[in-house]
Amino acid sequence: MSRFAEKLSRQQFVLTAEIAPPKGVDVTLALEKAKRLEAVDAINITDNQGACMRMSPLALARLLIEHGYEPILQLTCRDRNRMALQSDLLGAAALGIENLLLLTGDHPRFGDHTASRPVFDLDSVQLLQVVDGLINGTDMAGKALSVSPHFFPGAAVAPATEPQQLVLKKFQKKIACGARFFQTQAVFQRSQLESFMLAADRFQVPVILGVLLLKNLRMAEFLNRNVPGVQVPEDLLKRLEEATDPLAEGVRIAREMVALGREFCQGVHLMTFGCEDLIPQILAE
Amino acid sequence: MIIGGSKGREELEALLEDCQSLFLIGCGSCATVCKVGGEEEVFAAQEWLEGLGLEVTGSVILDEACHIMRAARELRRLRVQVAEADALLVMSCGAGVQSISDCTEKRVLAAVNSLFLGNTRRFGQYEEKCSLCGDCILNETAGICPVTNCAKGLLNGPCGGMENGYCEVDNERECAWVRIYHRLEKQQRQGVFAKTVAAKDWSRKFKPGLHQLDRSSGAERKK
Repeated sequence: MSRFAEKLSRQQFVLTAEIAPPKGVDVTLALEKAKRLEAVDAINITDNQGACMRMSPLALARLLIEHGYEPILQLTCRDRNRMALQSDLLGAAALGIENLLLLTGDHPRFGDHTASRPVFDLDSVQLLQVVDGLINGTDMAGKALSVSPHFFPGAAVAPATEPQQLVLKKFQKKIACGARFFQTQAVFQRSQLESFMLAADRFQVPVILGVLLLKNLRMAEFLNRNVPGVQVPEDLLKRLEEATDPLAEGVRIAREMVALGREFCQGVHLMTFGCEDLIPQILAE
Repeated sequence: MIIGGSKGREELEALLEDCQSLFLIGCGSCATVCKVGGEEEVFAAQEWLEGLGLEVTGSVILDEACHIMRAARELRRLRVQVAEADALLVMSCGAGVQSISDCTEKRVLAAVNSLFLGNTRRFGQYEEKCSLCGDCILNETAGICPVTNCAKGLLNGPCGGMENGYCEVDNERECAWVRIYHRLEKQQRQGVFAKTVAAKDWSRKFKPGLHQLDRSSGAERKK
């Protein structure tokens, strides 16, 4: 069992963060970033995040393992059909990767290869089902695997999205198909998290709250315009606008979100965009 | 109906380099309704080509360019004009173009990009509602197709990009899954939310499609 899985199963509070693989073949910066993330339990490696082509997360995840870090391999349905997904999953297992975050994936329309054909042969629910099948020794065609992989599969959820009842329906499907933990999209409002967790709690699957460091007003507005599923509310935009030191205000906001994570969730997932040195401040109680 | 959009004149002109004479073929069905290959457009094309100094040996508007045998019959009837042309300019969907290329060895130029199988909202306004996936899920999704209406064609609910009920790809379009959800709610049915929908069987969409009607039942026959 991965350290991350073990900590969650002991109901301990976990910390995760993420690294995007490089656009190119030099992983020095990615490994340096991993070093600055030593406080976290596991590091998500994003999969052509925002539909921008980068190095395979499988490769970077393996390199992180070799340097002593624990990765959470993100895998989206956007770029691979069911055969490619399964073979990458078997490869991941052979490379010692256990933690998975299984996602639908952003539409290519947002990325740097807008003319590419979106695959979406499977959706995230079906991909969870497939992983469950592999763990139990069979592939999607019902063929037996010689040795089956050990995985700790997780999924994403966007608690702040309306209609929440609909979000919850998909959340339940993901649990039924084997999701053992959830990492959430960034949440900025107590009321949204509270009502979601009220409904989600009874499923007893650990939820890790996405906490995003807002560095300034411009960034917040950019997120609102360009990042699917992220909405920074008006009052926070105002706080950033009026602050003399917007970054310090952003850290304060992130700290408030971490406090919410401690109250309602079983961990936080930090998105700090180059400001990893501020993580201790964000985590300060 | 097959929705088509005309290729630009510039793109067509580049194709005409080796041609001195052309025979024009329009279609009286979809291409006429979409105004890419009806009488009016074929006439305009003729004027344009003659303006470029090319000869138009003749023209015809087929009732349905996608009817292979009838298209062949018409071309046989007009064989003299067809024979005089260096190439045939076909102003119909890709299916129509291939009825023509099916019955002549002559060079065929396609003047239209086929876009999708579309419903008409009102004149000039078309909407894609069916992707012809071969594995219909409408009975479980309250008559709203997620394969087509969801930008990602998801089968088990909305993606994380849905925002306040709108689609991440086009924030002016309601998320297909929100529409399905509300419609099922009104019908007091669980539908697609009661189960995990299995991955689609794309073998049903094997290309090229061939289908033969069973005359007694109308059911699909094994290919």
